Amino acid sequence: MSKDVFKLGGKEFNSRFILGSGKFNIDLIDAVAKEGGAEILTLALRRANSGGEANILDYIPENVTLLPNTSGARNAEEAVRIARLSREIGCGNFVKIEIIHDSKYLMPDNHETVKATEILSKEGFVVLPYVYPDLIIAKQLENSGAAAVMPLAAPIGSNKGLVTREFIKMLVEEIDLPIIVDAGIGKPSQACEAMELGVSAIMANTAVATAGNIKQMAKAFKLAIEAGRLAYLSGPGRVINTAEASSPLTGFLQD
Amino acid sequence: MSKTDFMEYREGMEKIDSDIMDRVLSEVSDYDYNVYNKGDVLRVLDKEYLNHQDLKVLLSKAAENFLEPMAKKAKIETMKHFGNSVCLFTPLYIANYCENECVYCGFNCKNKIKRGKLNYDEIEKEMETIAKSGLKEILILTGECRGQSNVKYIGEAVKIAKKYFSTIGIEIYPLNSDEYNFLRERGADFVSVYQETYDMVKYESVHLSGPKRVFPYRFNAQERALIGGMRGVAFGSLLGLSDFRKDAFAAGIHADLIRKKYPHAEISFSLPRLRPYINNEDNNPNDVHEKQLLQVMLAYRLFMPFAGITISTRERAGFRDNVIGMAATKISAGVSVGVGGHEEEMKGDEQFEISDPRSVKEVCSAIMERGLQPVYTDYIYV
Repeated sequence: MSKDVFKLGGKEFNSRFILGSGKFNIDLIDAVAKEGGAEILTLALRRANSGGEANILDYIPENVTLLPNTSGARNAEEAVRIARLSREIGCGNFVKIEIIHDSKYLMPDNHETVKATEILSKEGFVVLPYVYPDLIIAKQLENSGAAAVMPLAAPIGSNKGLVTREFIKMLVEEIDLPIIVDAGIGKPSQACEAMELGVSAIMANTAVATAGNIKQMAKAFKLAIEAGRLAYLSGPGRVINTAEASSPLTGFLQD
Repeated sequence: MSKTDFMEYREGMEKIDSDIMDRVLSEVSDYDYNVYNKGDVLRVLDKEYLNHQDLKVLLSKAAENFLEPMAKKAKIETMKHFGNSVCLFTPLYIANYCENECVYCGFNCKNKIKRGKLNYDEIEKEMETIAKSGLKEILILTGECRGQSNVKYIGEAVKIAKKYFSTIGIEIYPLNSDEYNFLRERGADFVSVYQETYDMVKYESVHLSGPKRVFPYRFNAQERALIGGMRGVAFGSLLGLSDFRKDAFAAGIHADLIRKKYPHAEISFSLPRLRPYINNEDNNPNDVHEKQLLQVMLAYRLFMPFAGITISTRERAGFRDNVIGMAATKISAGVSVGVGGHEEEMKGDEQFEISDPRSVKEVCSAIMERGLQPVYTDYIYV
């Protein structure tokens, strides 16, 4: 079997686990990333304090790819400005578009996200839009130059698992971009389940950060994601849902 | 002198189209916090999304006996929404002139204290000193006096702050929406206005004169701030002034109705209790002890798990250190509540006595000792 690499934005990754960095102590980031084998780390640009105290950027290990997000943006225009700022301060070309103007459920604004994706992909960014899994929007994102689509499994931080399973399945079937499940994954078993569906990667933050042992949970996610990927690549076995009829229904056929 | 009608807008005060005040006042008048029991509290603790009725239960007398389970749930919610981050900021009083006569406040225009205001150079020096402590968030405060500290003066202070800080809040007298927009353009994005009390009779009796006497203009300040383009608004009542359970309930649903109408708004709460001040050393929060204060804080966290909660230096270090990570998400440090006082001597007296004089460094270590992460900046002005 050829090596299974995850291609994203012109880069190749061995890991399919994208780790959030904003909900635990910054001095643990390196160790948690190592334990989880994560090669991509997300970070809220609003937390960057360049040249100042407790600057999260100082704690990002060198060998990982940074995926800054536009958290705090309420519309496309603000997201575009934050993305440009991110590139200016040296955070690279990757950007996760996060446009939220609902403070309670933190639901992404799909429409504004498409607009921001269009602008930023033209400017050479590797754009990863965070959206509610809607097939039509995902098609528009594909046409707008997105590098992947990041559908939510459940509301951010809710740890509810694959609530949007059926809709994510449509994206996996119909969209020719990596589908990265972002938000809502609360347990390694749920990450595994999503990987079995054929999504390309998993992003987790709260589930890891709120664990009793953060490093160990990162490792559990790594293993679950690998297991799910292997299962997907193997082709899952058949599940028989109905009993076999005692006499065949098609036994009458003659010629 | 005859008193002015406290429900009557004065000249120059903007009226907006909003029914939020009427809705809050009507819900508050129906609130009886004595009718709930243990079962009601336990049922609310099992719920995921809480409504106004549930907030009534959590602020009830019955819920006072369930602080431990409330705290446990609050801690989980705080972790889910904020991780282990605790934001740091400091207030800077640039002036303490006041034209209001509020019987509970040290800045009361009839209170004989040293008044003063910083000039632009002094503001810059103060801010430079504060910025050296590492802080990136500042809250600019004035007494409520349009004559001595007008909007242009505050705007200039905001502009200076923009050079040193990533996050700028203002806690000043209520403005019209175009004035909020003016300050927003200069770099401020967060507005705190506390209604003090939602009890109309009490409100009228403690705000004897000055524009603050006008209840509805103050009530609608957050909404005008959002119309003016501000990103976040803070709510609170001055606990101990009137019936704290009703006042806490009112501030909670006030915030919730604003959120429903302006879903993008960042909502936060402060929970100030009455404090002693110069010439009134006996001023105290009456029946709001730490236990009740914590109950209100936990109720807010469970009611609005995504809202910021700021913990004031009005409270002692031991209380503050224990509520961060559990319910509070933002803590002030290196605080002076006199005019200036960070770089040079104070130019005006304090608004109240603080209980936690610790420096930024000390507060920061206390946060880390609890396994939490001090956060200096969590915001980009765009």
